[in-house]
Amino acid sequence: MLVLGIESSCDETAAAVVSDGRRILSNVVASQVDFHALYGGVVPEIASRKHMEAILPVIDRSLEEAGVSLDDIDGVAATRGPGLIGSILVGLSAAKAIAFAREIPFVGVNHIAGHIAAIFLEEKVPPFPFTALVVSGGHTNIYTVEDFDRMRLLGQTRDDAAGEAFDKAAKMLGLGYPGGVVIDRLAEQGDAGRIRFPRPMKNSPDFSFSGLKTALLSYLKQCEEPPAQDDIPHVVASFQQAIIDVLVEKTMRAAGYCPGGAVVVAGGVAANRRLRQCFREACEADGLDLYIPSPALCTDNAAMIAAYGTRLLEKGIVHSFDLNALSRWPVGMD
Amino acid sequence: MMSVLILRSKSLEDTLRIGRIIGERALPGMVIALVGDLGSGKTSLTQGIAAGLEVPDEYYVTSPSFTLVNEYPGRLPLYHFDVYRLAGPADLDDLGYDDYVSGAGLTAVEWAEKIMDRLPEDVVIVRMKSLSDEERAIELSSRSEESFELLKKALEEGGFA
Repeated sequence: MLVLGIESSCDETAAAVVSDGRRILSNVVASQVDFHALYGGVVPEIASRKHMEAILPVIDRSLEEAGVSLDDIDGVAATRGPGLIGSILVGLSAAKAIAFAREIPFVGVNHIAGHIAAIFLEEKVPPFPFTALVVSGGHTNIYTVEDFDRMRLLGQTRDDAAGEAFDKAAKMLGLGYPGGVVIDRLAEQGDAGRIRFPRPMKNSPDFSFSGLKTALLSYLKQCEEPPAQDDIPHVVASFQQAIIDVLVEKTMRAAGYCPGGAVVVAGGVAANRRLRQCFREACEADGLDLYIPSPALCTDNAAMIAAYGTRLLEKGIVHSFDLNALSRWPVGMD
Repeated sequence: MMSVLILRSKSLEDTLRIGRIIGERALPGMVIALVGDLGSGKTSLTQGIAAGLEVPDEYYVTSPSFTLVNEYPGRLPLYHFDVYRLAGPADLDDLGYDDYVSGAGLTAVEWAEKIMDRLPEDVVIVRMKSLSDEERAIELSSRSEESFELLKKALEEGGFA
């Protein structure tokens, strides 16, 4: 089965063609450098209007790269939420239009669950059931995944997402935006035990990183002077470690209740090297297998949406054309 | 004429309570501009407002920094903006900002100082400042006598100010 996937929930306009939910034939993201030239230099950034300008060229490009035409596509999957409603509608409407015109099935999917499905595009695939952490600029969610259509949300952030905490810390330290990559690099040169930042919400399945942000702010205020250039790596490493400790601890605790032996870590922040190392160590200690998608499949992309959509379509889950977009995905809804 | 009300929040709980009172009394179409540094409590206050608007518990009101706008159902719908990442007014147009602001819901805008010239005449401005780890100064002002008096009265009844 060939499925066209479309993703437009936030900054990226993306389309991909995936075969049998396993093999990527194309995976086009509109902020890709080579695409900009083709597109005339416009970077589709935040807005629905920009998604609108990008969506059709991106879809065309994904078909072209896959070497197929719409005649070959058996189904269309698009992100339904959560995200920026105007942006989601662009991709969702395009998917519906194609499905309607071609008389092929359409399915709208949860973007966060899509991040989990990205692992099924890799060589090594986790067995069900498993525990999954999706950690990105906009999300910090833990799930027990029994099957593609049975993902149970165990915990999520109550305020800031983990990636957002990185970005905000980078801003406070004058390291620029977005901060994830800079922090990853600087932290390598720092001592993570130098400053003891709190590990918030220890006994809850949910996350809260807003208080950690305030703790960093208080720390910076009580320093007589702004931290010297040499000290910044220590501050960054300590802050990063606080976030990682919380992510690892809660995920491993959830994994302890899951009958399966695998842990999946997905989403943009899963590219953080220290995070990967800490998860490797924790999983090894607990005798669990760790699965992390390759970096290109960790960030927002449409191949994961196509892969996830394929599995839902295979289960007979098809949506009608009146399916609406969701800005927020309420707890408890599949 | 701009009336000003200065409140002191002694804790996160106080900030949530102040938000809740604002949400309980909010009128359709009200726009609340939140001004204050990182960690001053803008998102916390909005969580309180959401509780006052009866946003269902299964919706967590989280920071909109990444998504730019989050929408929630409630007694009045809540539109929660964070305009920090926006490059300019054109981005605001692309987000459909005018449609939100002219709608029947309550619009709360974090980092509103970046779009001061795009706020409606009757906006309620809430300036937040950290006094210590826990304490916050919260300053309410509005050119709309109606909104200001309504919220002032409610906050006074609630034991604030």
